Amino acid sequence: MKTNPMKSFVAAVVFGISFSGPIAANTPEDQGFEIAARSDRSDLGFGNSRVELQMILRNAAGQESTRSLKISTLEKADESVGDKSLVLFDTPRDIEGTALLSHAKILDPDDQWLFLPALKRVKRIASSNKSGPFVGSEFAFEDFTAIELNKFDYRYAGTEACGALQCDVLERLPKYENSGYSKQISWIDQEVFQIRKVEFYDRRGDLLKVLELDDYRQYQNGVWRAHRLKMRNLQTNKETDLVYQDYSFNVDLGSKDFVKGRLSRLR
Amino acid sequence: MKSSRLKSLLSLAILLSAFVAEAGRASWEISSSIDLGMRIFMENPRWPNQDDATTQLSIAGTTELRWRGDDSRASIIPYLRYDETDDERSLADLKEAYWAKEAESYELLIGINTVFWGVTESVHLVDIINQTDGVADIDGEDKLGQPMINLEMQRDWGLIGAYLLPYFRERTFAGKEGRLRTPLPVDTDNPQYESSEEENHIDLALRYSHFVGSVDIGLSAFSGTSREPRLLPNADGSALIPVYDQIEQLGLDLQYTDDAWLWKLEAIVRETKNDSFNAAVGGFEYTFYQVADSTTDVGVLLELQYDGRAGDQPITLADNDLFAGIRLAFNDTQDTAVLAGVGYDVETSETYVNIEADRRLGDAYVLELRARIFTNADAGDTSFAIGKDDYLQVQLSRYF
Repeated sequence: MKTNPMKSFVAAVVFGISFSGPIAANTPEDQGFEIAARSDRSDLGFGNSRVELQMILRNAAGQESTRSLKISTLEKADESVGDKSLVLFDTPRDIEGTALLSHAKILDPDDQWLFLPALKRVKRIASSNKSGPFVGSEFAFEDFTAIELNKFDYRYAGTEACGALQCDVLERLPKYENSGYSKQISWIDQEVFQIRKVEFYDRRGDLLKVLELDDYRQYQNGVWRAHRLKMRNLQTNKETDLVYQDYSFNVDLGSKDFVKGRLSRLR
Repeated sequence: MKSSRLKSLLSLAILLSAFVAEAGRASWEISSSIDLGMRIFMENPRWPNQDDATTQLSIAGTTELRWRGDDSRASIIPYLRYDETDDERSLADLKEAYWAKEAESYELLIGINTVFWGVTESVHLVDIINQTDGVADIDGEDKLGQPMINLEMQRDWGLIGAYLLPYFRERTFAGKEGRLRTPLPVDTDNPQYESSEEENHIDLALRYSHFVGSVDIGLSAFSGTSREPRLLPNADGSALIPVYDQIEQLGLDLQYTDDAWLWKLEAIVRETKNDSFNAAVGGFEYTFYQVADSTTDVGVLLELQYDGRAGDQPITLADNDLFAGIRLAFNDTQDTAVLAGVGYDVETSETYVNIEADRRLGDAYVLELRARIFTNADAGDTSFAIGKDDYLQVQLSRYF
């Protein structure tokens, strides 16, 4: 359940592009990949993190309901496997203590376990449900988990102003199975190489959702994090905001904290 | 019986206050809930002395107190339930009351806790640590807190848990006014034990669990007092006495997860003083995600139950049954979900229909509906006793 786009390390290792060097590639596909890889690499080496956030769900009539959750993430040094993450819900109160553990993969389905506190039961769940809504929000499971660099094919589509910045515009096509999207278009700024906006197109090719990422802050370890994400569904007029508090990096987290046996001991 | 239980709870309370003292001024997280429930019965009861009111009201309250330090944590969860009709459904319990110390890959937990083992939906064969709160619900998923010393060890090759269970909790049964009971009421004040140590027999359990790729596996062993009693008539034939035997039980639970398929198996071997039998339940759950371009998921469940126990063993409804169900998850803001299932006994044709629906109202309320219907039972069939106890249950819970 990653919240920061693009954090595969394959690119940095395999392609070794220099951080500030100009992108010089022959085809729009190569150019797109290299822009995505540069953005992805800006996140390299964060180790582990913990953050609390609020998820605000808003229906077409403007009615709101809020969930509060904590997300812990463990960066895997081995770039052929994905990161591990743990989402723990605090509210609504009836699902307090519900937890989702994910071991992300690059192209294979992730391993996921759900902890149900009422029964104290750990359930292995099918992760083929990529396109399903995450806890009733406008974010699909894949919007959180399917953001490893090599999960997509890319194509460079030009340059555009994005707010005060200049952005590279990339088309990205999911390579993994069961995606709900035919394509995505992402805007990556040319200054600090962070994703500012993503458009999601449904399987029919119609524009479905727009994600805007704001309030980027750089931490002492050099990585950037957006602290306000707004997902708007243009077909249903529903919205979901994610509002993050400050991230903590290199907290006391290790592999032992991301095993299913931990799920009943989180609180 | 009751006073010794009280004494145990009291000594635990004293033990706990010591933990609370250790926790010092660190803050405890508190959350609570109150459940208001009403059962509506469709028919008059079958047995003498049962209350013939159409409705049965109950109220239950839980408070969760949790504390976490750097490498230790504590939890206290008292649970109270009052039932207007059936005294035996009123209950004071501690679901959790423990202190746990965490080390790099070990954890030691002392006190009362609730533990779940297993993977299947229609019956929970492997799950054995906690006693079932049989009157809370007939699905066997409500449990009583179990006193324990539990040592867990996490390794790359899996999780090992060892349990020392120094005190036994008796199963709850409906009282003589209550619905959903045996033809003669169960006299829970006079249980019998095979062990001369009775409820103070120290039970032992061991569990290994791990996953390899798409396979999750659990292996367990238990030695001690059976959580399921045999029910024998008392001397004057006015009630049934619960008899708790000593058993040894090995359990296996297995799940294979592939795409939208979950394949599940639970199996046990149980040995008693003069008998040994196997039981198993296996099946699948397949989910159609976002059917017809909606956000609704539709899951289909099928499980087959087998139980080889002899007639003089504790009664089970899940002996030779087929369970089929449909699960709907609407994935809306209110987490609306429905589970509808049918259990069918292949030998006797006894049929059990179960519908469960849940929906959050606002941020702090949850509405639950349960419909349970028992049909096709002839005199002599296991479920004949509750054949006139079809009911609809409405429960509203408020969370704080």
